[in-house]
Amino acid sequence: MEIPKRYLRAGQRVAGRAESTVRRAAAPLRATGFPYRAPNVPKGVEVPEEPPTLGADYDTEWARTPIARAARGVITEGPLRLLIAGLARPEVTGLDRLADLVELDDPPPAIFAPNHHSHIDTGLMIRSIPMCWRRELVVAAAADYFFDAHWKAALSALSLNAIPIDREVTGRKSSDMFRDLVADGHSLLIYPEGGRSPDGWGQDFKGGAAYLSSRTGAPVVPVFIDGTGAIFGKGMKRPKPGRTKVVFGAPLWPSADENTRRYNARIEAAVTRLGDEALTDYWTAAKRAARGTSPKLTGPDYNGWRRQWELGEHRKLGAAGLRRRQKRRWPDLD
Amino acid sequence: MPRPGFVLDVDRSTPPMLFWRGEGFSLEKLPADRSRVVYPAEPLPGLDDVDGHIRNALLNPVDMEPLPALLSPDMKLTICFDDASLSLPKMRRPDIRQRIIEAVLDHAAAAGVDDIHIIAALGLHRRMHDYELRHVLGDRIFDAFHPRGMLYQHDAEDPDNLAVIGETDEGEVLEINERVADSDLVVYANVNQVAMDGGWKSITTGFASYRCLANHHTPTHLQETKSLMGHRDHSALHKSIWRLGKVLRDNGPKIFQVETTINNDAFPDTFGFLNKREWEWSAKDRALYVATEKSLKRLPNRAKRKIFHSIEAPYELTSVQAGFTPSVHEITLDNVYAQHLVPVEGQTDILTMGIPFICPYNPEGTMNPILVMCMGLGYMFNMYRNKPLVREGGVIIMTHPTYREFNPVHHPSYIDFFDEVLADTTDPVVMAEKYERKYAEDEWYRHLYRTGNAYHGVHPFYAWYWGAHGQQHAGRVIIVGGDAPTVRRLGFTPASTMNDAFEIASDVVGRAPTITHLHVPSVLVADVR
Repeated sequence: MEIPKRYLRAGQRVAGRAESTVRRAAAPLRATGFPYRAPNVPKGVEVPEEPPTLGADYDTEWARTPIARAARGVITEGPLRLLIAGLARPEVTGLDRLADLVELDDPPPAIFAPNHHSHIDTGLMIRSIPMCWRRELVVAAAADYFFDAHWKAALSALSLNAIPIDREVTGRKSSDMFRDLVADGHSLLIYPEGGRSPDGWGQDFKGGAAYLSSRTGAPVVPVFIDGTGAIFGKGMKRPKPGRTKVVFGAPLWPSADENTRRYNARIEAAVTRLGDEALTDYWTAAKRAARGTSPKLTGPDYNGWRRQWELGEHRKLGAAGLRRRQKRRWPDLD
Repeated sequence: MPRPGFVLDVDRSTPPMLFWRGEGFSLEKLPADRSRVVYPAEPLPGLDDVDGHIRNALLNPVDMEPLPALLSPDMKLTICFDDASLSLPKMRRPDIRQRIIEAVLDHAAAAGVDDIHIIAALGLHRRMHDYELRHVLGDRIFDAFHPRGMLYQHDAEDPDNLAVIGETDEGEVLEINERVADSDLVVYANVNQVAMDGGWKSITTGFASYRCLANHHTPTHLQETKSLMGHRDHSALHKSIWRLGKVLRDNGPKIFQVETTINNDAFPDTFGFLNKREWEWSAKDRALYVATEKSLKRLPNRAKRKIFHSIEAPYELTSVQAGFTPSVHEITLDNVYAQHLVPVEGQTDILTMGIPFICPYNPEGTMNPILVMCMGLGYMFNMYRNKPLVREGGVIIMTHPTYREFNPVHHPSYIDFFDEVLADTTDPVVMAEKYERKYAEDEWYRHLYRTGNAYHGVHPFYAWYWGAHGQQHAGRVIIVGGDAPTVRRLGFTPASTMNDAFEIASDVVGRAPTITHLHVPSVLVADVR
């Protein structure tokens, strides 16, 4: 619908008047100058750079204070839970594999390592992880995406207990911070793929989860999330409600004779097997895993339309395939 | 360190003792200076890394090759597991059987075995509901195998699926499930909650036909079974089973037996007082007891059963061993006795016991009057080694409401047994001769057993025979708080209160008898010297 021109002109007039009013009101301040305004830097003087407070350097300590935790509890158990229930209708399986840890008086911190297709993965995981870890869960979030502006950083830290992490390399600073957090009893949610899937298929696992597990001794819990890519995948403008499945795997511990790369491969293989289990069944997945023929999370090796085509077929097998049939839209031929 | 079981001598300062009364409890004061209470041991600590211990048992079996060496791609592998009669109450998920079978399946997948059947060892028990199979095996195994028909339950009345393995020197025919008989390897996942479970009994009863079970489930065998939980040499039933086991060993499939023992931790914290000794009840426990007892009294039986059968026990695994059946079973027995055995000096004139809401034949069902007899005289009376706790000719006093209620889905033949057989006789020998065959071969009961969730038509007879030794041994059996006509139909004496029961018992054992109370929960075996 087109807006009539007379309304546009009236709007422009109002905006112009408002701008001039603000300008006039601010005139005395401009005249007053320093200290009411920022000082000019004298020529030839170099001002030392302020240490960065965003990105990987954002300090999230405040988000773990009792008040912030209480606020987060309200957010995660209230609106977030409702949102996930309405949007994703999750089916959670495999929690019995964690029974040995859950039943302990003081379950040790764990590192949850799911595949990653959507922003709603984090909400889904927070809702699905057993309560004994949920309260102390911190989420590793991409520093360059969630911590690039103060408002985003504060919101992420408060609502999700997010911690900034570099996508590409888990630096010493980050790993020290995570080690301290694990020592304090915090569990960690980290996406080993480093970011959301760009095309609906998974990505190769980066070594962050394996490295942190080796450094801290905390077990890695492999998790497979199915269906979130079709609900709010990368590039989608608005979410399409659907069904999801979260499958927890048996916890993995680093072995003494295993380097981070091999440990990471083991974690990836565990998530791959869970992915097969979610789409087929336990026995088929077990046999394929034993033969080394589990379907790869990263999808077929070929590119182009066939890859996309196969994704559609793949999704039909999973939770996304249970979506209510969309109403057909026929082309208007007039 | 958990405290061992012990015998408490009752004096005037001893608090009243907890008695089960079906789906309820009561506290009863026992006479001072001539009563004693046998308390079970506290739960032994569970194994830390359960899956690790299971893996270790499969890779380092007793007197057998490791499991991976027994697996090959073209073989017929059959995995068997105990039905819902174990454990009691049902253990919380994940069940031990699920953990064992998943570990076995991992090896089978690595070896490329395709022909796998997973079969519940039902014997003549009722078929398990799907939700019970899910509880025992977990969703993963159920979803993978049940839709393909690779997970099912033994049918002792399927003539096309039974095979005769051989015969013992005493003429006992071993007839078992054909798939089990034809398998290249049978892996059996046991839960050995008590000493009578496991060993050769797993397959020779769990997969037997009625014809085969009738070899040893007779009144004479059960009267000569002294006891079910004690030395095998004292049990005619187990001697017969061991003879059949030898036939199975010589002519049957290769069997890889996995046996597990669990501790005594039978009730979650909501029923915490059940796991404690009365004088150690805290204010919270006492409040919990009063609230539970009072509210249970006001609830209808159906609601009470729902509450109790929803209990999931926090049992922990205390040992797991695998390999050649007899060798494995000896280790298992040591581990079972480590938890259950309580030394007791001498017998007593009166044995008192509270009958709980459950026995092995009513998971998710009604504790009907026949099962009250079976639980009291068959199971609890038999919780001894060497000699019974009560002297021959002594009195057994049980507490249970003994309502005349039956579950028509699970126990159809029990209803007719109560109305027809018990109205005529309570003598197991007489009923076996006169009625057993008719019930065992009844087409309607057979149909319900094979297609529904009913116990086999002959099952009430077996439940009754189970108590045959206790019935023969006791001079009188009194049920406190039971429905009087129903109790009389069972051949027992009803009493309103415990004091009335002691008064009635004085006819048999005199005015100042010695009394022993078997304190349940948890499970214990009195080693009477």
